[in-house]
Amino acid sequence: MGKTLFDKIWDDHVIFERDDGNVLLYIDRHLTHDMHHRAFPDLKHRGLKLREPDKLFATPDHSVPTTAKTIDDIPEGEMRMTVEGLHKWQKEFGYVHFAMDDDRHGIVHVVGPEQGITLPGIILVCGDSHTSTHGAMGCLAFGIGHSEVKHVMVTQALWQRKPKKMRITITGTLGPSVSGKDVILAIIQKIGTAGGTGYAIEYAGSAIDQLSMEGRMTLCNMTIEAGARIGMIAPDDKCIDYCRGLTFAPKADQWDSAVQYWRTLKSDPDAEFDAEITFDGDLIEPMVTWGVSPQWGVPITGTVPDPKDEPDPNRRAEIEAALAYMDLKAGMPVSDIKIDTVFVGACTNSRIEDLRAAAEVARGRTAKARTLIVPGSGLIRKQAEVEGLDKVFIDAGMEWREPGCSMCIALNGDMLQPGERSASTSNRNFRGRQGPGSRTHLVSPAMAAAAAVTGHLTDVRELLKGDGQ
Amino acid sequence: MSEGKPMKPFKTFASAAIPIDIQNCDTDQIVPARFLRKSPFDADFDRALLHDLRFNADGSEKDFAFNRDGFRGGKIIVADLNWGCGSSREHAVEVLVANDIRAVIAPSMGDIHYNNCVKRGVLPIKLTVEDCDKLRKQLQDGPGAEIAVDLDSQTITGPDQATYSFEIDGFDKHRLLNGLDDIGLTMEYDGQIGMFADAYKARRSWLS
Ligand code: SF4
Repeated sequence: MGKTLFDKIWDDHVIFERDDGNVLLYIDRHLTHDMHHRAFPDLKHRGLKLREPDKLFATPDHSVPTTAKTIDDIPEGEMRMTVEGLHKWQKEFGYVHFAMDDDRHGIVHVVGPEQGITLPGIILVCGDSHTSTHGAMGCLAFGIGHSEVKHVMVTQALWQRKPKKMRITITGTLGPSVSGKDVILAIIQKIGTAGGTGYAIEYAGSAIDQLSMEGRMTLCNMTIEAGARIGMIAPDDKCIDYCRGLTFAPKADQWDSAVQYWRTLKSDPDAEFDAEITFDGDLIEPMVTWGVSPQWGVPITGTVPDPKDEPDPNRRAEIEAALAYMDLKAGMPVSDIKIDTVFVGACTNSRIEDLRAAAEVARGRTAKARTLIVPGSGLIRKQAEVEGLDKVFIDAGMEWREPGCSMCIALNGDMLQPGERSASTSNRNFRGRQGPGSRTHLVSPAMAAAAAVTGHLTDVRELLKGDGQ
Repeated sequence: MSEGKPMKPFKTFASAAIPIDIQNCDTDQIVPARFLRKSPFDADFDRALLHDLRFNADGSEKDFAFNRDGFRGGKIIVADLNWGCGSSREHAVEVLVANDIRAVIAPSMGDIHYNNCVKRGVLPIKLTVEDCDKLRKQLQDGPGAEIAVDLDSQTITGPDQATYSFEIDGFDKHRLLNGLDDIGLTMEYDGQIGMFADAYKARRSWLS
């Protein structure tokens, strides 16, 4: 029997397998961020050090105010302590650190691929559930907890059990203004937030081939919202071209042998999956969520569901509670939902292509809702400025910020007030995620910008039609 | 200073259990993000558990299972589908430990949260949807009713003395029963890790 992409990478990293199926895996690269800074004093206290310090890459993101350019700009308190912690232990432990005044810093899942830390065929971990993002580069990447973070630091290895394997195939062609975000929201709407639990998911099909690397990262990013820790896509020419010349990618003399190996990384034709699901990409529309779980999504042309239509009593109760929390009426068109704040950013959608998509909609229009544009890294911010995107946003009355997680998790001062409603390109619409009492509608960057300039959730395809597109 | 309380070996026990009738109770509900920069040693850290479901903005208690007589002080949570979905935050287990919750029973759980529970000495138990529904109903009907948990025999005994068996990975069970820390355990493979790394870097030389 043939091997899946997952099996090929897994098998290449097995140090030791116990009789009970637990496997000690070698970890190629480990990313970390400010929220794990306490690991270092703890290791020091226990007399432990990093086994391979050059394989740990750290960047501040969760606690960085998007108005601050350096640590000195962060007000005294928890936020500053956290960012400082990550910064100050670098000397003693020797990991690679992208400081706030280094343009390479940014959201950990943006920085990894951008720097070539993330590469096909590797196993990459990070103490963050959205590590699934990196699977877009044809590697095996998953989120781990804080205890496991310290374990990898000290041993460069991790105990794992092999997950089951699922393939999701998206056939056909995606329509205009339908992005990776819409594809993943459509998938989660169908399979639910536990649909992928226990699985590693491989995405395949013509619509996946069509996606840019950024779009694939968005798709893999939200794989965790479908319950699966791992989402991955076989590396193709697009992926290999993306890696070329990046700081931590193979150098010229190694490049050919790396590429030769990467080309073998695809599921064999006779490889078997534990589950297979197919979607028709032609049918996917721009999506929005109406509830407090990413599975509560609907096409922008749709309506808020009526709990009366739900036969399962527990699910019905969930829908009723969600509608009450979100202050929405059953059966109302989602395009009638008014928006107070728009957030374009987060590891889901803060890459250059995302900013271009938002700018295309914002160009020549004026924001009717407070809008924060938060690039995923310092380099993306710079690139956007070279392209003049910052001016487009500022002219539209939007705020152009410094990189970080920002309003995705509301740990840096950027947050919604109780009862405030956002259209957000982040990945979680949980109760209180963007601040206590916040109400979040998840959308793509183009849809977020459309909501910003109209003040309500809007079908961006209709809006752009007026531009003669 | 170590970061959390040291893990205790897992012993058989019986305790009042708390029913949480919420599907997809995500890690942002279990511990809202604004508590993530707190240390488990901070005063009031225990209050972070399910904070926004338990407390009003002024700190007073809401009408929620946790705050009801009989459930208060329970060491077991009986939850619904997809408990602990969402983020990898280990604080979601630290707050359980801070409240002396030793076991969580649910029909399904987030994969990362499940692992984090094992790493911090909290026993995750998966039972069927029907069994979890039944247990929660019994607890709602008789607050303070006890559930007994026996990891060695992989069984729990409900308030009506019905027993349920559950599956757990042998390695996880071993760690929990002995309160083992993974780092110490893996250090015994130090030589093998080194040998593997050398061979690996020879065949994937661009990663060395
Ligand atoms: S942007 Fe949001 S989801 Fe991504 S790493 Fe930061 S907090 Fe987590």
